[in-house]
Amino acid sequence: MIENIYIQNSLIILFLPLVAFVIQIFIGKRLPRQGDWISISAIVTTLILSLYMFVSMLQGYDSNFTQEWSFKWINMGSFVVELGVLVDNVTIIMLTVVTLVSTCTHIFSTKYLEGDIRYSRYFAYLGLFTFSMNGIVLSNNLMSMYMFWELVGVSSYLLIGHWFEKDSAANASKKAFLTNRVGDIGFFIGIMLIFNAIGSFAFTDIFNGVSAGKIAGTTLTFAGVGLFLGAMGKSSQFPLHIWLPDAMEGPTPVSALMHAATMVAAGVYLTFRIFPLLTPDALLVVAYIGGITAIFAASIAITQNDIKKVLAYSTVSQLGYMILAVGTGVYTAAFFHLLTHAMFKANLFYGSGSVIHAMHHALHEKHDHETDPQDMRNMGGFRKSMPITYWSMLLSTMAIAGVPLFSGFLSKDAVLAGTLSFAQQNPNHFLLPVFGFGAAAITAFYMFRMMFMTFHGKSNMPDLMPDIHESPKEMVGPLFLLGTLSLYIWYTLPYLNPFSTHGWFTDLVVPLDSAVPGNPTAKAIDDGAHHAHHLAMYLSIGVAFAGIGLSILMYLTNVLSAKNWKSRFGVLYDLSLNKYYFDENYNKYLYQPTLNLARKIAWIDWELYDKYFINGFGRVTSWLSKISGKLDFDLIDQILVDGSAKIANLMGLALKKVQSGKIQNYLLYVTASVIILMIVQSF
Amino acid sequence: MNQLNTYLYIAAILFSIGIFGVMTRRNGIAVLMGVELILNAANINFIAFSKYGGMNFDGHVFALFIIVLAAAEAAVALAIVINIYNNLNTINVDEASAIKQ
Repeated sequence: MIENIYIQNSLIILFLPLVAFVIQIFIGKRLPRQGDWISISAIVTTLILSLYMFVSMLQGYDSNFTQEWSFKWINMGSFVVELGVLVDNVTIIMLTVVTLVSTCTHIFSTKYLEGDIRYSRYFAYLGLFTFSMNGIVLSNNLMSMYMFWELVGVSSYLLIGHWFEKDSAANASKKAFLTNRVGDIGFFIGIMLIFNAIGSFAFTDIFNGVSAGKIAGTTLTFAGVGLFLGAMGKSSQFPLHIWLPDAMEGPTPVSALMHAATMVAAGVYLTFRIFPLLTPDALLVVAYIGGITAIFAASIAITQNDIKKVLAYSTVSQLGYMILAVGTGVYTAAFFHLLTHAMFKANLFYGSGSVIHAMHHALHEKHDHETDPQDMRNMGGFRKSMPITYWSMLLSTMAIAGVPLFSGFLSKDAVLAGTLSFAQQNPNHFLLPVFGFGAAAITAFYMFRMMFMTFHGKSNMPDLMPDIHESPKEMVGPLFLLGTLSLYIWYTLPYLNPFSTHGWFTDLVVPLDSAVPGNPTAKAIDDGAHHAHHLAMYLSIGVAFAGIGLSILMYLTNVLSAKNWKSRFGVLYDLSLNKYYFDENYNKYLYQPTLNLARKIAWIDWELYDKYFINGFGRVTSWLSKISGKLDFDLIDQILVDGSAKIANLMGLALKKVQSGKIQNYLLYVTASVIILMIVQSF
Repeated sequence: MNQLNTYLYIAAILFSIGIFGVMTRRNGIAVLMGVELILNAANINFIAFSKYGGMNFDGHVFALFIIVLAAAEAAVALAIVINIYNNLNTINVDEASAIKQ
């Protein structure tokens, strides 16, 4: 049937987690160990297949490698919709990332969720998510991507609300779902605009159609911005960023898999895929949204005290980076950052999960159910008790802060170089690199703040310390693995230079020229980024160390008092701590008016429509039926039905008299009739 | 032709007397006698038509059948009348109305 080994593998990778999901959801609870081994063996199989494809990709080393397979989904005369899968280097890398992080999450979860009441359901949903995410990655067209996009939204909703007994978790899952809907409407409008003009959903057809000029100008800009709106929802970009921090109500491994490494990266992946059709105007929108998100979320992360909230805002900020990179044209850098970020951010979440697990355990021993196990103000000095967690988190923190020798440095550097070169060519947009470098400095600061508050100094709750232990090996295993993957070496091979701008990644993932006339070619962008590279590198090292240095002064050596600074920047501090009052303002200006409108409409529905129209309709019907009942009873029953019976009765009575029972009478009738007949005949 | 008419008149008179008897008499025996008259009127007609009307021996055969039939009828009817008399002590046909409502 399907001959190609790559397509076969990718279809197995796609559907195996779905099989695991179906088995888990129906019979998972009755299996030994609640069936987690089914999910794990399925996901490990997909990981092995992905790695196999990854290795053969590296052996082939062909930047133009592409395999496509599609089938007719709707076939009605001239209206044909094809769905299918596309396997190229990007897909293979992305599949490897998804299945790797998913495998780590599965293994991590066996301990993190041990004894949970919905243990098997949790693994089922993880399978559903992995299936949908692989679907997004493999789609060769916008339609099936949209379907998987929604499936990802559903599994995210289900997993955020895993502990739905907590109101906050239930609300967070609702918020995530509804906020994503806002973006998805834009996505759908974008798809329809493009389909209307080009008549196909497949990426290759769309890009060909755009270069042929079938869709251009404002329409194309709107279509691009619409598609990007979907990405904004999924990737939690300003102003739709509000759901991601709340999504931290879900179990921590879920945060690592979905809300750090893969699902939120789907938006970046989408903009990465559609880059060739974005017009210069649409790209500017993308760049500014990304830039604003990057610095805005970073500025919130500074003041958060919940360890997962810090990481959540850091994720939003890093996603802003990637979006910024797409907007400025260096979209392979965006994908590169996606890849490195997936590794180090998932690891940071596992680390935080490990810390929370330990805290939870210690608080449980003390029978303390009041203290928040996620609040960093209750931590401190965990370095000695949890060495593996500490060291692996430190590696990832170095990576996200952009310290040389770590993966984040390479990708962030590429993003910043692209931004800088964009600003050099368009001096009007000097704000974009300012956003970028500013966010880099703030990121370095708050990430080390988090590390120092959690692992260094003295414990803020010393009586907990004896009960803080390193997590079990199922949890530190993924930490160790992903911590190692934060090192630069994995991304620059076959070169060993830690400042290298080349590696297998840049060799295999080469940018396509934009299909829109007027955009600079891939080569021009690349040259520009290359020229800006050195300046960007010095600057980014500078801001990273500035941030780290400030953090050391404030939180490690206490040379600068954080308290004094807090009071000095009181207004700004409050703004940041309260997340710029976004939730409050949305509530005041968006939710409440909407709810009021809904209440008014409900009032119209109940009081006017129901009362007068529906009830009136009922009354008229009942009145009509009374009339028709009267007609039926008085007219038809009394006159027609009873009347015919009466006539029959009367005739019977009349005819009864003939039947006298006297034989002579009958004979008389017979004779008389014969005589009458004879008389009649004779005429 | 005239002779045939004579026979037919006689037969008609006999028939009329028979009918009259059947219709007016209440006595069961008298009713039976009326029936015999009607049957014999028919016999006269058959014979007359076989002689003058071209029925030939068919008329004779019919007449013989009717005589046999009349004998059988008389036997059965008389038996019924005797039974009625035994049960009801009368031979008045109007009285035999036990199965009438």
